[in-house]
Amino acid sequence: MSSSNINLKELFLNGIVKENTIFKLALSLCPSIAVTNNLKNGVFMGAAVLFVQLMVNITISLIRNIIQPKVRLPIFMLVISGWVTVTQLLMAAFVPDVYSKVGLYIALIVAFASILARAEMFASKNSIVPSMVDGLGMGIGFLFALTVISFFRELVGKGSLWGYAIINTKPLLILILPAGGFFAVGILMALFNWINARYAAKAAAGSH
Amino acid sequence: MEATKKENNLIVSVSPHVKSDETTSRIMWTVSLALLPAMASGLYFFGPKAFFITALCIVSSLVFEQAYMKIVGKKSVTGDGSALLTGLLLGMNMPASLWSFSPFTVHVPIVASFVAIVITKQLFGGLGFNVFNPALIGRAFALISWPKAMTIWNEPTAAFLAMDAKTTATPLGVLKEEGIAKLIEIFGDKMSLYQHLLTGNRAGSIGETSAIALLIGGIFLLAKRYITWHIPVSFLGSAALMAWVFGGKGALFTGDPIVHLISGGMMLGAWFMATDYVTSPSMKNGQIIFGVGCGLLTMLIRLKGGYPEGVMFAILIMNCFAPLIDRGVRSKVFGAVKQDKSKEIKK
Repeated sequence: MSSSNINLKELFLNGIVKENTIFKLALSLCPSIAVTNNLKNGVFMGAAVLFVQLMVNITISLIRNIIQPKVRLPIFMLVISGWVTVTQLLMAAFVPDVYSKVGLYIALIVAFASILARAEMFASKNSIVPSMVDGLGMGIGFLFALTVISFFRELVGKGSLWGYAIINTKPLLILILPAGGFFAVGILMALFNWINARYAAKAAAGSH
Repeated sequence: MEATKKENNLIVSVSPHVKSDETTSRIMWTVSLALLPAMASGLYFFGPKAFFITALCIVSSLVFEQAYMKIVGKKSVTGDGSALLTGLLLGMNMPASLWSFSPFTVHVPIVASFVAIVITKQLFGGLGFNVFNPALIGRAFALISWPKAMTIWNEPTAAFLAMDAKTTATPLGVLKEEGIAKLIEIFGDKMSLYQHLLTGNRAGSIGETSAIALLIGGIFLLAKRYITWHIPVSFLGSAALMAWVFGGKGALFTGDPIVHLISGGMMLGAWFMATDYVTSPSMKNGQIIFGVGCGLLTMLIRLKGGYPEGVMFAILIMNCFAPLIDRGVRSKVFGAVKQDKSKEIKK
């Protein structure tokens, strides 16, 4: 497949809207509930996944022609864990306070189905530019989802954003507790799909 | 030709052929009626605030139910009284002190009604499909979200128009923090303590305080055969046993089961919450397992947990197990023979 017949814009949007890891595929829900009780953790977690996804896609795409098909999965895993280690070290060096809270989940990125799936299904079959765009799209989709969830949870649960107090009323405390994480993800997932459905219906009506 | 003509005149219908005149709405209204004595006692002891909170819960439950039906385009069944009963139970499970404008806590009953009706009941498919008791989820949500507002207990005033009341600890709160001796000291002597707990002259949620009024309602439901004895008796029995064995300080078998039975939400929970048809097992022996589970969990939370009261969480936890219990105690189909696996292999 040459890169010319792939619509890069569509590919980019695919990861954000059509195949959004959390809101559409319902994958990686564990970190999306565990680390999203404040915006800072959510954003850094999302950024870490974005970085790993992008770098893994680029690496796999670069070495795709020299990988023995029989051992491709272990090699993918090696590449992923390599980049996760890089991310861990970077975060531990530059944002130690965040790393102390989300470090465990950063390590868990190795096991993310979405990252391995993109490596296997896309990067190992496509050249570097589409793979990069695909990684960016998927990563930004994840970052977007985590940002929205943690924004909602911190604002409504604690009345603050990024640690700064915003509103001075009694917050809905349950949202920053684990039980509230399920509520938040469920409500936002429903909202995301509802908006999408409406948008799709409008687009369909417009094209006729 | 004559035969076919006759056949056409026969009325064919599916079973059941004998129907009683019991309907959902009739059951709901009867249960609401059974709650009236306890409600009256709550109004007597906690004054107009209790009325406002309960009314707010009922009205917002009805509004949310009607609005949800309207929005999703379902046929409205608001009139069947189930939303009314949920609102009433929810209101009876709230402290009267929530009716307060500074700090503003009037939104608590409204949000709790929303969680109860829309999230717990309607999103799971409406009446009959809810996994959890809606009123209890509403209360649990409120208690976890606003732990402070939900645990300000007014001292009973026994004056209909008193809007101001001193706040105090519930008997179970005292029992947890300071022990039974202090509790008896507060009420004078042991008999006086029992008397206060039985009549409902104590701090607590609006409808949970009067053990006698709740018992009257429960026995009324038993007499009308709307509930059977299995859940309440096994619930209260196992809780009493636990309280007697482990409730004492230091030595076993020195606890006071009566205090535990008639304080907190035990009576309301055992007679009206745990017996909800939808969220409890339908087989009799399953109901006993369910009741015993509720009793044990309640006492575990009361004696060892962080909260002074455990009825709500105990019932909610057992609600999850209700379908599993029903599966486990399913009776043998009449005439069925247990398959002998060794014979099958020989063949």
